[in-house]
Amino acid sequence: MRSGRRRLSFAWIATLPFFAYTILFLFLPAASVLIGAFQNDKSGYSLSNIRTLFHHPYIDAYEGSIKLSLVTAAIGGIAGLFIAYAALREGTPKWIRSTLTTFSGVAANFGGIPLAFAFIASLGPLGVLTLFFKNQLHFDITAHGFSLFSMTGIGLAYMYFQLPLMILVIAPAIDGVRKEWREASANLGASQFQFWRYVGIPVLMPSILGAIILLFGNAFAAYATAYGINSGANLITIFIGAYYSGNVLNNPHLAQAMAFGMFVVLAVMMIVYIPLQRRAARWAK
Amino acid sequence: MAYLELQNLHRDFGTVKALDGIEIELGEGEFLSLLGPSGCGKTTALRLVAGFDRPDAGAIVVDGKNLTNVAPNKRDMGMVFQAYSLFPNMTARQNVEYGLRIRGKDRADRRKRVSDLLELVGLGHAADRYPHQLSGGMQQRVALARALAIEPRVLLLDEPLSALDAKVRVQLREEIRRIQLDLGITTLYVTHDQEEALSVSDHVAVMYGGRIEQMGSPAEMYSAPATPFVAEFIGTMNRLEGTVVDGGVEHAGTTLRIEAAQERPRGERVLVLVRPETVEVGPANGGSGVNTLVGNVVTQTFLGPVTRLKILGEGVDVIADVPTQKALSLPVGTRVAAVLPAEGARLLVLKEDLPQIPEEPASASR
Repeated sequence: MRSGRRRLSFAWIATLPFFAYTILFLFLPAASVLIGAFQNDKSGYSLSNIRTLFHHPYIDAYEGSIKLSLVTAAIGGIAGLFIAYAALREGTPKWIRSTLTTFSGVAANFGGIPLAFAFIASLGPLGVLTLFFKNQLHFDITAHGFSLFSMTGIGLAYMYFQLPLMILVIAPAIDGVRKEWREASANLGASQFQFWRYVGIPVLMPSILGAIILLFGNAFAAYATAYGINSGANLITIFIGAYYSGNVLNNPHLAQAMAFGMFVVLAVMMIVYIPLQRRAARWAK
Repeated sequence: MAYLELQNLHRDFGTVKALDGIEIELGEGEFLSLLGPSGCGKTTALRLVAGFDRPDAGAIVVDGKNLTNVAPNKRDMGMVFQAYSLFPNMTARQNVEYGLRIRGKDRADRRKRVSDLLELVGLGHAADRYPHQLSGGMQQRVALARALAIEPRVLLLDEPLSALDAKVRVQLREEIRRIQLDLGITTLYVTHDQEEALSVSDHVAVMYGGRIEQMGSPAEMYSAPATPFVAEFIGTMNRLEGTVVDGGVEHAGTTLRIEAAQERPRGERVLVLVRPETVEVGPANGGSGVNTLVGNVVTQTFLGPVTRLKILGEGVDVIADVPTQKALSLPVGTRVAAVLPAEGARLLVLKEDLPQIPEEPASASR
């Protein structure tokens, strides 16, 4: 009993820095955002900032962020699933698997200004690839409507971390699809397609849903990559940055209201996600 | 006419010969166990029959049809795997129904057949439970029902009991045999457990190094092992190395009168095989009778109705199973005389060193 108490107090001491850090840099700022969102410049409480969010250009920025996040999460999720499966399936050389997971580990954490610079240097108006296409292949991507500074261009840059993140998150789940299930299914007369339709995908579905919600949140909260590519992009995180620290648009309470709006969007996503996840995983322990 | 034929099957994995010319013929409705230690090729053979792997040479024929190159989902074989192969996202009922659903069977027929099969395996009450809500034994029962649902031409069982505890193993193996006999389904069963193989099979094939060492009825395998390996693998056997002399076999300075030795040429190196239950043991009273080896009891192992004695003496190493009541009068340290039977002992020519049987891990299969 006594040693149990001692262990408990040691555990508290060991985790104290983490809790202190979380309180100082997560909960307190979140509380400040929550309170600030409902305040005006004269320290009075008001819903005016919240009301403002429903008007142009803020509502458009939310729409832009949600669309970008949904599209990159969906494409990244589906493509990542196929890539991960191709790399992990039986018969694929082991070096492909280890190379892919190592690269994914690095790429999933590569973002922000360096990523923006890498894309500008390769796919910007004077980027290496842009010029290669133009001069060597006689294909002008800008003349065909592509601009790195558009939402499509930013989405393409986001795919650089979305795809690897999906691969990293889904790989353990794919590993969990047992060879015996595939063999039992074939043994009972099913084709590969029928196996994936009735067994493989349903078994993976909770993990796929979880990964896609993670990808959505990852893109929704991304700031520096988009800012580095196009500081005028119609994304809510760029608006928040501008209103929080901008010299021209400085309005911290509106920025806090926009951040509060992001909480709400994520909360709505979770409200949709949780019953779906529960339904998909009804068979799990 | 044979219903299932494995004709000269060969399968190499790199330099390892997993199967080296397997020949099996099995009649319709018969139960054959492939028995052997880890790495002997028994699971490889089963996987070739299921179609999960292709032989390098040879053929698999079922009911006169060559299935060697037929895809596994077109073979109509039901298979029960070593462990936990149930689809986790489906209830017991849905698992059993799966093969019928794939075949597009009518819904009402499906439901009736599934209910019948779940009753057959004693799980009618657990139809709506998911695999994680079932014990290991229950899961394997569902797996059996699932394999039977499609009315397979051959039932394949790949060490289906190896992950279960001892009591459930015994119960389930008896149930498998009962169901197999009820349905008259041709069955190929892979196991490394000789007791399991002997207790449920019509025929047992002992495999070693990718070959079949011997195939026969459980009684034949037990009483007349054809090779030293089979003798070692099936049951417990005293193996006494000796040389044929006039009137018997010389072993540890004693001439053993062994009937089977009379047909052997003098000077031949042989192995005398004697089951422990055929050895008579009594206190050593100075004189040495026919076929008597003298030594001390060094260990006693209680096995229920009998107790196994290990007797060591000068050149003597014998084990004997004696009634437990009698064993009480022969405690460890007692000097005893072990009398070997003249008629029951088998004789094998000793051509090479005796094989070492690798230890089988509890749940390993291939």
